[in-house]
Amino acid sequence: MNDHANTTDSAIAPASTRRPSRKGLGWIALAIAPIVLSGCQIPGFGINEGVTESSHKVYKLWQGFMVTGLIVGGFTFLLIVYAAIRYRRRNNEIPRQTQYNTLVEVLYTVIPTIIVAGLFYFTIVVENPEVAVIKNPPAKVKVVAFQWGWRFSYPENPKVNIVGQTTENPELIMPVGETIQVDLSSLDVVHGFYIKEFSFSQYAQPGVVNKFDFKVDKVGEFQTQCTQMCGLYHSLMYFKVKTIPASDYHQCLTSSNSGDEFVACANKTTPALYHRNTATQGATVHHG
Amino acid sequence: MVDTLQPTTEHAHGDDHGHDEHHGASGLLNWLTTTDHKIIGMNYTVTSVVMMLLGGAMAMLIRAQLTVPDGGLVSLAKYNELFTMHGSIMIYLFAGPFAFGGLANYMVPIQIGAPDMAFPRLNALSYWLYLTGSVTMLLGFFTSGGAANFGWVGYAPLSNAVNAPGAGADLWIGALILTGFSAIFTGVNLVATIFYLRAPGMTMFRMPIFTWNMLVTGILILLAFPVLTAGLVMLYCDRHFGTHIYDANGGGSPVLWQHIFWFWGHPEVYILALPFFGMVTEIIPVFSKKPLFGYKGMVFATITIAALSTGVWAHHMFTTGVVLLPFFSFMTYLISIPTGMKFFNWIGSMWGGQVQYTSAMLFAIGFLLTFLIGGITGILLASPPLDFFTHDTYFVVAHFHSVVIALVIGAMAGIFYWYPKMTGRFLNERLGKLQFWLLTLGGLLFVMPGYLVGLRGMPRRMAVYIIDPTWQNLNIWSSIGGFLMGISMLVFAANALKTLKAPKTAGPNPWDGHTLEWFTTSPPPHHNFYSLPNIKSERPTWDYFHPDAPALTHDDHDPSHVPGAVKADAQ
Amino acid sequence: MKFEARLLIWLGVFIGIMGIVYGVWSKEWGGTAMLIGTGILGIFPGLYYRWWSKRIGERPEDRDATMAEGAGRIDTFPGSSIWPFALGMGCWALVLALVFGTWFAVIGLPLVIFAVSGATAESRRGGDASGH
Repeated sequence: MNDHANTTDSAIAPASTRRPSRKGLGWIALAIAPIVLSGCQIPGFGINEGVTESSHKVYKLWQGFMVTGLIVGGFTFLLIVYAAIRYRRRNNEIPRQTQYNTLVEVLYTVIPTIIVAGLFYFTIVVENPEVAVIKNPPAKVKVVAFQWGWRFSYPENPKVNIVGQTTENPELIMPVGETIQVDLSSLDVVHGFYIKEFSFSQYAQPGVVNKFDFKVDKVGEFQTQCTQMCGLYHSLMYFKVKTIPASDYHQCLTSSNSGDEFVACANKTTPALYHRNTATQGATVHHG
Repeated sequence: MVDTLQPTTEHAHGDDHGHDEHHGASGLLNWLTTTDHKIIGMNYTVTSVVMMLLGGAMAMLIRAQLTVPDGGLVSLAKYNELFTMHGSIMIYLFAGPFAFGGLANYMVPIQIGAPDMAFPRLNALSYWLYLTGSVTMLLGFFTSGGAANFGWVGYAPLSNAVNAPGAGADLWIGALILTGFSAIFTGVNLVATIFYLRAPGMTMFRMPIFTWNMLVTGILILLAFPVLTAGLVMLYCDRHFGTHIYDANGGGSPVLWQHIFWFWGHPEVYILALPFFGMVTEIIPVFSKKPLFGYKGMVFATITIAALSTGVWAHHMFTTGVVLLPFFSFMTYLISIPTGMKFFNWIGSMWGGQVQYTSAMLFAIGFLLTFLIGGITGILLASPPLDFFTHDTYFVVAHFHSVVIALVIGAMAGIFYWYPKMTGRFLNERLGKLQFWLLTLGGLLFVMPGYLVGLRGMPRRMAVYIIDPTWQNLNIWSSIGGFLMGISMLVFAANALKTLKAPKTAGPNPWDGHTLEWFTTSPPPHHNFYSLPNIKSERPTWDYFHPDAPALTHDDHDPSHVPGAVKADAQ
Repeated sequence: MKFEARLLIWLGVFIGIMGIVYGVWSKEWGGTAMLIGTGILGIFPGLYYRWWSKRIGERPEDRDATMAEGAGRIDTFPGSSIWPFALGMGCWALVLALVFGTWFAVIGLPLVIFAVSGATAESRRGGDASGH
């Protein structure tokens, strides 16, 4: 699984960091033993590992699900096609009128039950830490969505407010290597806060404050936008996420007097290493 | 095969006295005053197919817009109206009414040997409410503010008076109230008909599986639709009477709308799907010359789906952050088990049979394959961590379009199967097969790039995607698939027009069917039957025409000891 | 009739239990209320059918029976009726009144009342049954 990514996204994830955790490997290996045994690498099935702690686990969950899904789906698909072709009309005889077969019926009830029980178990294993929030996060940001833009404010320094509308692309600065807690809400309608490289999204809703944590482990710049239909300019409600080293983050945040200064400072300390448009194209390519 | 019906010794169930045609005034007045379930069923079928063509035309516009990142075919505002009305028409005005108003209305009474629906006038009222509801929804396009533009789910507060001030939104609400009542009345009618008007000997476990599915659908309608109607009334009050039920600033809760909407919306998914499951379950055994494999298991799977479907609604709301993730994830996994079982019933019915590739059977197999894709991706989405990053992207769009395209293919299977019964004529098989390939391959070509572009982060409901032009290639492929499906519908329209005046060559039982509708003439007479056979199994017509056929077998028992395994020559 | 009643009751009971489990676990009242209400929507008609099934006993369609056992008159089925159409148009006008102003209700309300009375009177006469 170390070398499946092609060169275009090596910037985001050097090969040495891609090794999955021991615990994760255990169950992944179990779920997808046939593929591993056949000497094949597990592809990403359309997504990449992402840049947060949770997104790596989600990536493995996705791989496990996709492999299971392909096996189950492929088996059923072949069974349908086989039955349709093998038993095509040969003559006018009336075939054996089989109506029940207890063993087969029990099998196709019990086996799917076992499979989905496993899927549910692994879902819970990944989900619980992903949605858990810690008590005193070292960094915090308040995200408020509105028609049609975003406001990012940082409780650490009340002078820092980053606001941008439609195509202005406001930048959400986040630290690397340190947990940041997001307080997400909306001024008017429901918006979707979605960062593809974090493998995460959540609704921004009026009257509800959603809290969630990210622990980013890559420096980079990620273009994204509102995902939940929110009115006329929904398609133009962009924002950009920029992750910089934690030390730079805190230094920039405390020394800035406005949102613009903070963004400028962040951009100066760390040039963009990673762009969505190059990485997303290559990351899914499988060279196994 | 017997072409003319030999009356059985017993008098027909029902009080027929030879009325062949619907009597009373002719022409328009006849149409307006009819209470015959067959004419109402035809009305429903034709209206809903017209609605499907309209919704499909909107889909063509949407797909054309998305072939370029900065598509200028329609404005941002018009685009929002288009996808809202496309979804609303397909869900509210096509899929449901086609199934439970059209084919079920026509077939259920005949399948159980009844002369009509239990409440014929209520049935007529259902149709009029459905028709006026459809017109009401479409009227939105002719108002100054345009049609509803907040998505077919109408999330509060985007659907409130501030964000959607136009008459289009009110027309949308009014249309849903009308069609909602129409559905409730049809549900009442289906349940009452199936409970009270079965022919003697037609016990619950001898009912055709399509009727079983329609019974469960009817019950689900009764459980789910009142919730939607109540929710809509509250939405209207919020818009016009100054209440704050869904208004966070007034102490209300916008999430409540999502709860109410999806509490209706998820059973609705099964209200849409079960009838088509039923059609396919009728078709596959008939064209395999076998009984349905695992009939009782299939019935219990259907009931289980109904029971569980009321407890999975918030899997549409995983990203709201305020729902109980493990509960809904667990329930969603549970419901996948009975749905999965059905696949093996279908495969088992083909197994060892004599599969005959008529258009209807091809469509049924196409349904299985397309629905399989939608089902498997549904299992992925049931896992909240995986839903988080696919929610509101094209992955979800591709997922449910796999499902609903499967339903459209299933609808075509139903039409090709029952068209001879409803009209006495065959649809053209060559054109049918051409349509099958166009529709199925077009459908696959449409959904597959959708999954990929969704995983690359393309959100749904976007008029332009200048943010990432690399999505364009996949969108072009999707659009080509969409256009192929559009062409397949033109082939279907041509087929229907071509056979409109064809000679009535179908005869009562062209497919060697199993169920009672194949025992009567095509089309059936007023009050449906001249005579009925004795019902000894779930295949009365088959039993009658194949007295020498091998008996039903239970593969791990002695056949003679199995209840329900009746030798066909028993009568 | 017994099985029909049981089907509805058990469906209702299952949904009701699900509602209780959901309510205790989630403390979210909207969904809990809807689940329990839906459960009642299943139990309520189910109990009615149960009562009814005890009253009428086993019917020919509940057991193995020949057509002869059920021969005879089933019920009156109206051959045709204008009232559903009139009622539908009345309801439409009422809904349009919600959108375009109350003057639509001036048409709709009388039409609905007229149609409901007409339909009721028709049933009392035995409908335009023309012998059905």
